Amino acid sequence: MAVISQRRHLIQRAGFAGLLLATFVTVAPIILVVGLILWRGAPAISLEFLTAMPREGMRAGGILPAIVGTFWLTLGTAVVAVPFGMGAAIYLSEYATDSRWTRAIRIAIINLAGIPSVVYGLFGLGLFVLFLNFGTSILAGSLTLALMTLPVIISTAEEALRAVPQSFRVVSISLGGTQWQTVRRIVLPQALPGILTGVILGLERAAGETAPILFTAAAFFLPRLPSSPFDATMALPYHLFVISTQVPGMPIALQYGTAAVLLVFVLGMNLLATIVRSRARARRQW
Amino acid sequence: MNGTKISVQNLSLSYSDGKESLRNVSLDVRSNAITVLFGPAGGGKSTLLRTMNRLNDLTDVIHVSGKVWLDGIDVLDPATDLIALRRRVGMVFARPVVLPMSVRQNLTYGLELAGERNQARLAEAVEHSLRAAALWEEVQDRLDDPAISLSGGQQQRLCLARVLALEPEVIMLDEPTSGLDPISTGKVEATLQDLKQNYTILLVPHSVQQAARTADHAAFILDGELIEFAPGKDIFTRPQDQRTEDYIEGRFG
Repeated sequence: MAVISQRRHLIQRAGFAGLLLATFVTVAPIILVVGLILWRGAPAISLEFLTAMPREGMRAGGILPAIVGTFWLTLGTAVVAVPFGMGAAIYLSEYATDSRWTRAIRIAIINLAGIPSVVYGLFGLGLFVLFLNFGTSILAGSLTLALMTLPVIISTAEEALRAVPQSFRVVSISLGGTQWQTVRRIVLPQALPGILTGVILGLERAAGETAPILFTAAAFFLPRLPSSPFDATMALPYHLFVISTQVPGMPIALQYGTAAVLLVFVLGMNLLATIVRSRARARRQW
Repeated sequence: MNGTKISVQNLSLSYSDGKESLRNVSLDVRSNAITVLFGPAGGGKSTLLRTMNRLNDLTDVIHVSGKVWLDGIDVLDPATDLIALRRRVGMVFARPVVLPMSVRQNLTYGLELAGERNQARLAEAVEHSLRAAALWEEVQDRLDDPAISLSGGQQQRLCLARVLALEPEVIMLDEPTSGLDPISTGKVEATLQDLKQNYTILLVPHSVQQAARTADHAAFILDGELIEFAPGKDIFTRPQDQRTEDYIEGRFG
């Protein structure tokens, strides 16, 4: 008896050790990547780095146009993707019946999420840059990124809407509410934190993407700030790619510095999403 | 004063999954009285209630025939103004569902949907409806607290008050006391007795005892059929149908 019991304990401990190792293997690279980039990037970051134009073929000076460009691209993506994404999610969750038509829409959305980002980039080049003649511009880049972000926003927003208890809807209708009043006054406010979380996570992905803006918005070297949506722009992810692979004699500190700024930008949005979610959970009344 | 408020004629109804249907139900609901619909679970009582304010429109009903008249208005007519109908026929559900907002906002919600913006009138409706639901004394200092912070019994009376704030003509209650302790249940029942002076009340009770305590008129509904419909003082003492008697005496249920 004692032997069997000892063996079972041993198996138990080996199991725990294995699970711990698996957890460590997943977490360690994240800590290494973030830690290394922040550690080696920090020395490069200065007021000048954040607020000046690049000089000497990007080998000196700052990355302001890339920061500003990524800001405008992300904002442009939000302006396009949020209203359309929320509209589609509200339609699917609140109005659509389960028909062949809506099932086809759902399948389309799922597939949209699986398309490689470089394909979005080429599609944006064909449609927005060439056919609609927007040129290589913030507008074309934002529209391309919005297309890529839409499925993420639609899926998370629909999930957040569906999580609102059905009983709230029934009560609102029984008190003489129309379906739209019910959505606007009960369902949407309750789902908003969840929707916001999805929006931020979608935009975060858009902010860090290179392939979709490669052909549609990004400039190799453009040491001035964009003055209209039809201007091309530098952007952090593409700038990082350029200075890491295309510029001989690039100071390595600037490469790490640029990576650190992009990382802080993206992780900051992630943190924001986490805060929104946990604060909403604490206040939730159902 | 004591006329017919709602007239149900030969009502049959079935759901798409074949569940809980009504078969050829006819009954007249009188105003200023409590009409009780009682019988075993799954017999169609809730369905009958939900037909009267067309809440069944939200579910999977595949077939309806017969008529439901409310003061001569054809309730089942597709052209019927559902918003107006639901303001006239209020409903309280088995589980108290307070909306995720303050006590006060729960009470003004329906009026605001209907376009009422006059703050004085809204405040008046809050106090009046809370008094009518015997809740004013308990929550008058907590009007801006989240409604969810009230006790279960208070929440259910808030749901009743929320319906009363709309000044409906008919109040339907579907097992309103099923989750409540005996004291809260007593308060709700006493409130209903007061309210029937001014309203038509339809109640699905959560027990035969409650049916007997509250009913002016009672309908025994079994498997989608109306078995017996009589004044409360008769049906619980001298049921005419054997099945009614068996159910009341607890031989099945």
